[in-house]
Amino acid sequence: MTPAGLEISGGETVLFWVVAPLMVLAALGLLFVRRAVHAAMCLVFVMVSMAILYIAQEAPFLGVVQVVVYTGAVMMLFLFVLMLVGVDASDSLTETIRGQRWIGLLVGLGLALVLGGVVGRAAFPPAAGLAGGDPAGVANPQALARVLFGDYVLAMEVVGVLLVTAAVGALVLTHRRRLTPKQNQRTVAEARVKALTEGVSLTPLPSPGVYATSNAMDTPALGPDGEQVPQSVSRVLRIRGQERPAPHAGVALVDADAPTGGAAPRRAEEDL
Amino acid sequence: MEITNYVVLAAVLFAIGATTVLLRRNAMVVFMGVELMLNATNLAFVTFARLHGDLTGQVLAFFVMVVAAAEVVVGLAIIVTIFRTRRSASVDDVNLLKG
Repeated sequence: MTPAGLEISGGETVLFWVVAPLMVLAALGLLFVRRAVHAAMCLVFVMVSMAILYIAQEAPFLGVVQVVVYTGAVMMLFLFVLMLVGVDASDSLTETIRGQRWIGLLVGLGLALVLGGVVGRAAFPPAAGLAGGDPAGVANPQALARVLFGDYVLAMEVVGVLLVTAAVGALVLTHRRRLTPKQNQRTVAEARVKALTEGVSLTPLPSPGVYATSNAMDTPALGPDGEQVPQSVSRVLRIRGQERPAPHAGVALVDADAPTGGAAPRRAEEDL
Repeated sequence: MEITNYVVLAAVLFAIGATTVLLRRNAMVVFMGVELMLNATNLAFVTFARLHGDLTGQVLAFFVMVVAAAEVVVGLAIIVTIFRTRRSASVDDVNLLKG
């Protein structure tokens, strides 16, 4: 193969024109999507597409590293922190600096124009391609390792130190010192007994209802008086309004001679 | 297709990332914009490595990835710490040093 000759195949052209517009669309999603989780998903798409382009561009090692490091580690870290910070954390739309939106858009567009103009006007040498430029003709990971551990071995070591420092730094930053004494079983029990005068129950909360037709977290139990016990459903479900009525709620024990009259059809509707 | 198409794509993605950093208020999304910019430069590195037939560009892209991973770890730790003290992930609410 001659060193100065790179023919971009038709397959790669098709791949580029399929992947690149989708990437730009997903990146724009980062700009316009309200919720941070959706933005993270858009970014995951961009990164996976980027890995595909790396592999198409004779960089299979970097493609795999891109998937492992970016979509595997970095984005999952993002999602974990999003869950910590609150998934519903959406942007506020009030402007604190007047005209920031238009100035920002203008600066972004200007940056795109400048960068595009530079790329358009620059004179590039004929594309060499990696297979021709490598005299030994070895595959990409081996050749890359030779450069990495030959010319750049010191940088490699420094990067290792950097990673360790970053890990320790994250530990130190997120470490929380305990301000209150640790709770053990005795203190918890004593606190509960002390709170008994404020209407807090000493026993655990009642468990959700278990019925012949339904056994789920979101159906409340029935008390001995036939009324639903709201505390038996998880507080989160109650706040979200996701609890379902107990299948026998309202069906008093007096119509026990017609037990299937109301319960069975209503269950069928609920399941839809 | 010219190989410079990849460079143009990288430029467009970089500009979108920069605009995200300028426009969004949620610190997490701002951070994602930074990641997008880093990825765009990586694409340019890989493309130029192929253009010149020299693997150094790929090595540099690899280093950018490693440094970005370290940066994400520390940056997210800072965001978590700020969220714990201020109960907010908006970059507008961090104004304690404002006179």
